[in-house]
Amino acid sequence: MFDALGSRLRASLQRLGGRGRISEADLEAGLAEIRTALIDADVALSVTDSLIASMRTRAHDEKVVGGIGSGDRLVAIVHAALTEALGGSGRELDLRERTASILLLGLQGAGKTTTAAKLALRLLRDGRRPLLVAADPRRPAAAEQLALLGAAIGVPVHREPIGTPVAEIGRRALESAKKLGRDLLIIDSSGRTTLDEELMRELADLRAAVNPRERILVLDAATGQQALRVAEGFKEAADPTGLILAKLDGDARGGAALSIAGGAGIPVLYLGTGERPEALERFHPDRIAGRILEMGDLVTLAEIVRDAGGDPRAPVATKSGSGAPKGEMTFSDLLEQLRQMSSMGPIGQIVKMIPGMGGVAAQAEEAVAAGELKRAEAIILSMTPTERENPSLLSIPRRRRIAAGAGRAIEEVNRLVKRLDEMRLLIRRTGGIDPARLAGGGGGLPGKHAGGYIRPKEDRKAKKARRKGGRR
Amino acid sequence: MKLAFWRKSTNEEKASISAAAAPSGGGILQALRRSLAPEPDWSELERALIQSDAGTGVAAGLISAAREVQGGTGRERLRTALLDLMREESPSDAPSTASSEQVILLVGVNGAGKTTSAAKLAARAKAASLQPILVAADTFRAAAIDQLRLLAAREGVPIAEGKPGGDPAAAIHDALTQASAKGLHPVIIDTAGRMQTKTGLMDELTKMRRVIQKLAPTADVEVLLVIDATAGQNGLAQASGFNRAAGVDGVILTKLDAGARGGVALAVRRELGLPVRWVGVGERGSDLLPFDADAFVDGLLGDAV
Repeated sequence: MFDALGSRLRASLQRLGGRGRISEADLEAGLAEIRTALIDADVALSVTDSLIASMRTRAHDEKVVGGIGSGDRLVAIVHAALTEALGGSGRELDLRERTASILLLGLQGAGKTTTAAKLALRLLRDGRRPLLVAADPRRPAAAEQLALLGAAIGVPVHREPIGTPVAEIGRRALESAKKLGRDLLIIDSSGRTTLDEELMRELADLRAAVNPRERILVLDAATGQQALRVAEGFKEAADPTGLILAKLDGDARGGAALSIAGGAGIPVLYLGTGERPEALERFHPDRIAGRILEMGDLVTLAEIVRDAGGDPRAPVATKSGSGAPKGEMTFSDLLEQLRQMSSMGPIGQIVKMIPGMGGVAAQAEEAVAAGELKRAEAIILSMTPTERENPSLLSIPRRRRIAAGAGRAIEEVNRLVKRLDEMRLLIRRTGGIDPARLAGGGGGLPGKHAGGYIRPKEDRKAKKARRKGGRR
Repeated sequence: MKLAFWRKSTNEEKASISAAAAPSGGGILQALRRSLAPEPDWSELERALIQSDAGTGVAAGLISAAREVQGGTGRERLRTALLDLMREESPSDAPSTASSEQVILLVGVNGAGKTTSAAKLAARAKAASLQPILVAADTFRAAAIDQLRLLAAREGVPIAEGKPGGDPAAAIHDALTQASAKGLHPVIIDTAGRMQTKTGLMDELTKMRRVIQKLAPTADVEVLLVIDATAGQNGLAQASGFNRAAGVDGVILTKLDAGARGGVALAVRRELGLPVRWVGVGERGSDLLPFDADAFVDGLLGDAV
């Protein structure tokens, strides 16, 4: 997600970032490229122009032009401007009320119904007892779809016959929530291709009947320049308290997040990143800005691992003990990872979150498509437990035996052994990926991208010292 | 001739297309009265094109094409450039109506409006005295089959249904057998929404095409990509992804009435050469209209003649 935007921005920034000094002309050329990248990522033109203007002002205020290390400082400025436009540090849903309620708003096909189910599952896991409410009195089978999704995640769905006025639906849903002992309503309102008077009236009726403290706009991540106008329309109709950007699992660049957060001041709360009900991520402006600039996002990675049922305390990449030198990765670790990855969804999405691995993501995605993971798994399963822990044991005869057992060529076994060596090297370099430490401290990102960007004003000596400390 | 008829728009329908492409804010020239002069503010026009979701590259290309047009007002010059792009020039572009069997496969990302478009196409074919059949091959989305069944009943069109969670290619297989036995056409197939980045799902489309090819080798198969008019530059990525997997013949631009100008159609046409075939301008069954380049461009530009 946000990748195409990221890679475009990175390309422009790379040219500048490496330079010690940049001239006024470099700055303008860089800003022009950033502008094109933002527009082509569907950031509203007006928002883009004000972002560029603020970057230019900051660059001048901080006397970037001609200064020492100006390339890196410009990257930091871009990061800061993006973070700020995306809404600073983010906010939590306000669901203190009993019975609390969330009203989902949005145009037809934005992804409201799917998002309603995802939100229900998430809040269910947080210990709430949600009731889904089908409040689209018109679309054929909308209630049906919600009922099926609700059944799949084990959340009851309140529905009324087609044609029931929404105010009535809202009132009865509240009553049945009390009767069923549910403490949270998640209301899926009608989708319409335009925000017409009828829809505005429906939303007003629902608000009057239920008084939902959270009114969340759901928007398709592929929405273009129209996004800001849609948001402003709904602002008038229902005063949204937040935004969920749906369908970010494709290659949509999600510039709409910038348009709406930056242009309409509606904070982004969650991102829909897949079709499965678990595929809803908390939105963290600073992390996303970092991800756009390929600084990696380890905290999110740790959360995904935890949600997929992996042990949040266990490091993802390395499992200490088990014969191998501490911190060294073994084939058993690799096997575990392969299996976790298949339960975590698109692997590219995961890999991208590892700092410095952005470029590897596309490659990894291809590997999955080609069935490479399955074959790698077969090869590892053909090894003895001792071999899995000690890859150095793998002599040619052993490799030949393993290849025969897995039904693959010996070259493939060799490749896999080499892959493990490379990964070991990478892990040694980046200091491992330990989600427990990250989730706990939430501190600095390990790895070569750790410094510089975020703390641009730090002097070089301090930066060097910190980097050294960050490594293992 | 009956076959071709349902694909032509009436004058009244052309007016609806213009009206839909020119939303509340007016066409892109509305705010720009100076465009009546031979040399308007081209950079303002370029911004307007960008705001219609044409993308930076396409907007720049269109403006430079317009500037090369000799004579006329700024509006006329830009109009010429837009029409050169959007009109279907060669006859081979147009859907063939030679065969008596027609199969239309609707593909697209989630929520673009495939199911509604399928029903609307069927309604239009029926109104033109054809005997269409709808095929519910979206076996993935919860209740998608129910939705199409309700719509088919409303339009009075027969439907062949896949099984929830089943193989869509199998559903198509059964439907085509049924259609040829009963002499029903066009066969209008609704497929599950899918992101163009999901290789496995794209392969599934390739398989569906193969099944159609095998069962109806003489039929005119038209693969239509459904794109939401509010889509931004990702619409272009969608078009190229689906084109690679299923060989797209044309585009259905839905939700043009939603206030977006559908400039993504300009980008898709310019970058991939895919023509727009139908536009959705409302929620009623009769609101899917055959595309008309003149009407679309006039709407896009606004009425400042």
